[in-house]
Amino acid sequence: MSGQSAASLCKQPAAPPSVKRILSWGRYPKIAHHHVHKPAWNDQIPEILKAAAPGSLLPYGLGRSYGDSCLNAGRELIDCCRLDRILGFDEATGMVRCESGVSISDIIDTFLPKGWFPSVTPGTRFVTVGGAIANDVHGKNHHCAGTFGAHVLQIGLHRSNDGLVVCNSEDNSQMFRATIGGLGLTGVIAWADIQLKRVAGPWMDAESIPFQSLGTFFDLTRESNERFEYTVAWLDSFAGKNARGIFFRGNHAADKGKEFHPKRGPKLPFALPTWMLNRYSVKAFNGAYYRLHAARKGASVVPYDSFFYPLDSIRQWNLLYGQRGFLQYQCVIPENNLAAVEELLDCIADSGMGSCLGVLKQFGSAPPSGMLSFPRPGLTIALDFAMHGERTLQLMQSLDEIVQQSGGALYPAKDARMSTVLFEASFPRWQSFVPYIDAKMSSSFWRRVTGAQ
Amino acid sequence: MTLTADPTTTLPTGTAVAATKRIIILGATSGIALEVQRQLSLQGHELLLVARSPERLAALQADLLTRGAQQVFTYSADLASIHQHASIFDFARRTFPDVDTVLLAYGSMHDQRDSEASVDTLLEELHVNFVSATALLTLFAADFERRRTGCLAAITSVAGDRGRRSNYVYGSAKGALALFLQGLRSRLHPAGVRVITIKPGPVQTPMTDHLPNAARFADPKQIARDIVRALERRSPDVLYTPKVWRYIMTAVQHIPEGIFKRLSF
Repeated sequence: MSGQSAASLCKQPAAPPSVKRILSWGRYPKIAHHHVHKPAWNDQIPEILKAAAPGSLLPYGLGRSYGDSCLNAGRELIDCCRLDRILGFDEATGMVRCESGVSISDIIDTFLPKGWFPSVTPGTRFVTVGGAIANDVHGKNHHCAGTFGAHVLQIGLHRSNDGLVVCNSEDNSQMFRATIGGLGLTGVIAWADIQLKRVAGPWMDAESIPFQSLGTFFDLTRESNERFEYTVAWLDSFAGKNARGIFFRGNHAADKGKEFHPKRGPKLPFALPTWMLNRYSVKAFNGAYYRLHAARKGASVVPYDSFFYPLDSIRQWNLLYGQRGFLQYQCVIPENNLAAVEELLDCIADSGMGSCLGVLKQFGSAPPSGMLSFPRPGLTIALDFAMHGERTLQLMQSLDEIVQQSGGALYPAKDARMSTVLFEASFPRWQSFVPYIDAKMSSSFWRRVTGAQ
Repeated sequence: MTLTADPTTTLPTGTAVAATKRIIILGATSGIALEVQRQLSLQGHELLLVARSPERLAALQADLLTRGAQQVFTYSADLASIHQHASIFDFARRTFPDVDTVLLAYGSMHDQRDSEASVDTLLEELHVNFVSATALLTLFAADFERRRTGCLAAITSVAGDRGRRSNYVYGSAKGALALFLQGLRSRLHPAGVRVITIKPGPVQTPMTDHLPNAARFADPKQIARDIVRALERRSPDVLYTPKVWRYIMTAVQHIPEGIFKRLSF
């Protein structure tokens, strides 16, 4: 039956268009789509590609991109969440072949009991493998493991002209490098071979250390990056260049033999009124968060989910920012540019518009896996800003200037407003990516930053 | 490197089950069946999947073995085609001579207006949802009755509880199937064979994507949880899922016809 319904979906544009609102994680921008395809099988993708107009499609996963890189205003999305089958697993090597809609969460639930864990995981487990590849996501172990794309061995890619193209670092290697970090524009991923890594169990040896200056943060990073697989810091965005925060570091623990019970946290049922998050409440939150963790500093054994995914414990936490949604600002500032980092933090603190969720992490020096990969050596800073219209956008523009002058870059997966100029400065070789874009694919983000039609 | 999901390396790691069951799913690629099979696999059961497309069956087989199913067999056939039923039944009996459970999960939902405009479409809808289903169930019923064991379950629909303007062709086929199951239950009861009528409310599956408000329909995972639980237990005979539909349909069935015929839903 699904075959028939897919065929009828493809014919639908003749009928009155179904206007679908699909939001990205930041719930901004709010745009409508002409149609959302929901294929349940890989064999339906070629029909969808064939029936589509040029530049009309974009694959969509779990919608955890913050801005408009997973949206396609007025056009069509291919929701890949039903393509969620694990097609094979090699118990000896830890290689898993899965369809693009399989989530990191599903991979953990399926393979952690067998002693395997994703080689790289972002800060939420609710992303699809397709989305993790398309954004070449990174995690707390970037300094030693690189990005998600570094652990993708092979990709099967539906292309509108060439059918299913299998690519890896040797065959169709340029298509492979374009697809990793390719924002879903090179085609629809049918399946990918992902390398998992061995772990002893679900427990983490974790440590949290309060710090009160950027200098201390860098010292902690230098000291920790050799001994700890995972490092990241939470940042009080009201502290300015004094950079008060908590440094988290950890390793997978040897098996504790303790019983492990995954918990399902509460869910935010609706968007909070916007006034609830104001400079006073957020500042108070930051202060309380700092004091709480400063009081609890030291080493402990914690379950992997609270170490990697603290925010996942509140489902739909993005509703915290109210109806207007929020923007995330994630940039990378090249190494040895302490002045730019300080200027950036001061600018945010002065604005009084800082957020609860400031994150600092030193990227490693691994070469980029994809043509448009965001991570590069330097310090990455991620901050949420509730959307208050023009003044929020103006603050971000002043941050843009600092980032651009430092020779840094912005992360497309988090972006809803960067300028063409900053995009080109962030990805100077973007033109060499263009030939690999599938003729049927486009996205709101891509049209916005490149002026493509 | 070979990419095979070897059943010997995928022993169930979840909670231990009392016993591995042999379960046949007729219509294994239907939206609800997909979720039911996953949950049965987590419990380490043995499955025989029947559906039309060999490629889709192969993908399902790999997926379910990786997720913990003890064994997964597949058989590619068109379930709506009655002349293929004998070979389906034959394969099933050879593969699982001591089958525990048969779940009939396929169906078809055309746009109601197509069935009003075309008698061929109407007959096809009735044939797939009612005629072919009863033909298959009759084969398995005889086997279960002879062996004096087993469980026969079929997915019908709340749409079968009352004929509605917008969906009465699908509804009448599913309603007729529910009546058939009711009689079959009574016939097989002395033999100790269980017959479960599953009546889901609207569910988010490929079959219902084209309907308005599809985003508000029930999650197939929830439907599957209810079905798997019903398969494990001794009751109920008729499962409404989500449960609220038992009360909704009781109310709907009590609306006087004089009023109901004026309602447009």
